[in-house]
Amino acid sequence: MMLKELRILADHGKQFVPDLRKQPVSERFRGRPVISPGITEQQAGQAASLCPTGAIDGRSGAIDLGRCAFCNECALSMPDVYRFTNDYRIAATNRDDLVIVPGQDEPLKIDETAVRKDIRRLFRKSLKLRQVSAGGDNSCEMELGAAGNVNFDMGRYGIEFVASPRHADGIVITGPVSGNMARALEICYEATPSPRIIILVGTEAISGGLFADSPAVNRAFIENHHIDLYVPGNPAHPLTFINGVMDLVGL
Amino acid sequence: MMSNNSYTEIRNGDVPAGLSDIPVVEYDLFYEIVTNMLADERYHCVSYFCHRSGESLKFICCIADDGSGAIRIIGHEKKDDGAPLRSLTASCHAMHIFEREIHEAWGINFEGHPWLKPVRYPHDRVDSLSMMDNYPFYQIEGEELHEVGVGPIHAGVIEPGHFRFICNGEKVLHLEIQLGYQHRGLEKLIREAGGGLRRSLLAEDIAGDTAVGHSLAHAQLIESLAGFEPSLSLQAERCIALELERIAVHIGDTAALCGDVAYQLGQVACEALRTLVINTTQFWCGNRFGKSLVRPGGTNYPLTGEIAGEILKVLEEVDRRFSNVVDCVFSLPSVLGRFEDIGTVTRQQAVSIGAVGMAARTCGVPRDIRATHAFQYFRKIAVAPVMQETGDVLARGMLRALEVKEAIKFIRQLIAGREDSAEKSGRPQYDLKLRPGSIAVSLVEGWRGEICHVALTDGEGRLTRYLVKDPSVHNWMALALAVRNQEISDFPVCNKSFNLSYCGHDL
Repeated sequence: MMLKELRILADHGKQFVPDLRKQPVSERFRGRPVISPGITEQQAGQAASLCPTGAIDGRSGAIDLGRCAFCNECALSMPDVYRFTNDYRIAATNRDDLVIVPGQDEPLKIDETAVRKDIRRLFRKSLKLRQVSAGGDNSCEMELGAAGNVNFDMGRYGIEFVASPRHADGIVITGPVSGNMARALEICYEATPSPRIIILVGTEAISGGLFADSPAVNRAFIENHHIDLYVPGNPAHPLTFINGVMDLVGL
Repeated sequence: MMSNNSYTEIRNGDVPAGLSDIPVVEYDLFYEIVTNMLADERYHCVSYFCHRSGESLKFICCIADDGSGAIRIIGHEKKDDGAPLRSLTASCHAMHIFEREIHEAWGINFEGHPWLKPVRYPHDRVDSLSMMDNYPFYQIEGEELHEVGVGPIHAGVIEPGHFRFICNGEKVLHLEIQLGYQHRGLEKLIREAGGGLRRSLLAEDIAGDTAVGHSLAHAQLIESLAGFEPSLSLQAERCIALELERIAVHIGDTAALCGDVAYQLGQVACEALRTLVINTTQFWCGNRFGKSLVRPGGTNYPLTGEIAGEILKVLEEVDRRFSNVVDCVFSLPSVLGRFEDIGTVTRQQAVSIGAVGMAARTCGVPRDIRATHAFQYFRKIAVAPVMQETGDVLARGMLRALEVKEAIKFIRQLIAGREDSAEKSGRPQYDLKLRPGSIAVSLVEGWRGEICHVALTDGEGRLTRYLVKDPSVHNWMALALAVRNQEISDFPVCNKSFNLSYCGHDL
């Protein structure tokens, strides 16, 4: 038995990603988009009519990553105008910063002035989070689980998911917030001691995504609370989440 | 399509039936036909629903014949007058969930239904006084008994649902599972999506852990209604994606099962292997869950020689390493002690509740849509369902290990077979015209089991109903039965061994 286990260990080798900031991902992964600065209003209109989540502005052609489903259809049908890079560092502290305008081709940086002072002082060395899925489709949830796994191991920075909101410094919401989950989400947030943060993970949490107009969804909690970090994606990649949180707490 | 006097027959993903061709019979006859069929294990109900047609309500029941591969469709009609119907569930328990759905959505009372409780609290339910907070839990009186409530929010990073246990000391007498927290109004959104692209994206989000399975069921359904025949290479690519999804989830579940019994080496080794597999899916289509890969009419990500080579290379390594892990996990006394004879579902229970997929196959019930109602390229491959007999956590763990092996074998076969086809996969088609006045049924064996999508069109070819059924809809009851007479501390490992979908159930 011991020999069998040693064989597994030998196969396993070292699995952790050494530098979570610079880990390369597949070329085809869709992260930060780049829009041609020369986009015409006609092209913008065409792209907007194509977009299934209304993420593209029909006049400027800008893409709102908070609404984008990363389906790639705009880039596939208008490759000279739209393309997605594999830059996964796309989390932001301001909702408006998720809007990528034509000609913008810089890595996204969080707005330092938007980070509350307490966050850096209290959570830089240890951040415990309670995850709440509220109508999520289990892909973002699985990616958040993966953020703590043997590969991404965000626990190395003291960032961890915990079982009880009483032990947490904040909540991480996935899903568009189904009406049937609205009350439980509120109770969970109230049970988290202050100061506490709120992180939205995935397009559905940030804007409702495909479910934004569903009568079964209740966005009141999101609208009534200050959001500390927006992590886009469909689902959000573990590296997007980890890099976003590291930026937020000042690591 | 063929008919006799009492039903119409279609085949999975094939030519749809005309709505007017479905025989509409008196309820007594309907009752007799359905109960007679379902008394034979060879038949199982894949869909039973109701829709409004003028002043009356029309009911449509689709029963799969696992022997011939046909799907029989039969209907009945009644005035929308609030009069009750005699419940099918009393004689065929597997119908319980369908009658509950119809009761919740349309207010029909089924006389003699033993458990006519809410299913998912849809936003447009008939009884607005029926609330998440007043679910009618089953109760047992007794001084020695106590209740344990868990959820909707659970300890881990998982979806919400409420579990209510009635325990005698540490022993579980009864578990009732209340769902609905994840309800997003999905069927209505698909029906009213307007465009084919938006529909496809919604199908991918039915259950993100089964993005390929559900988007394939959707694409197959739309193609069936449009009379579109996918090329063999496209069919093969879809099956490869489906099997990759199965491999990734099964390995991830093996990790989680190890984690639940504190066998850390098995857990981390499997986590790393799952990463290899989902990163291969990402290498193929840019998404670790295969979102954006399967679309009606074609694909944006044809399987190139380079990608196929990468898949084969990764799977060879996964096969070797996972075999070593499995060899170890399932021979460790400390692991076996937590898996063996824990959470047992009997064969009789599985048949009775209409269990599908893994939950059925682990109890010796050979339900596998790839074998009985073959779809896509599986029509050209002989599939023998992987089976276990003991129905316990060990069986569900072992089944995964064996199915990973089998899926790797299929992918090798599919990649080889696809090279014989000179046809291209083609691009997605989002504006396929759907056949008017029709009903189509699409079945896919996802990693959990049978996925069923059904669509109805009106005279103009617009979708009037779109019904989604995740295998979890049937299998949640299997979990509830599995934990009876178990220690409550064994619940997590039992739950994990089924790994059922909340959002796929709640829609």
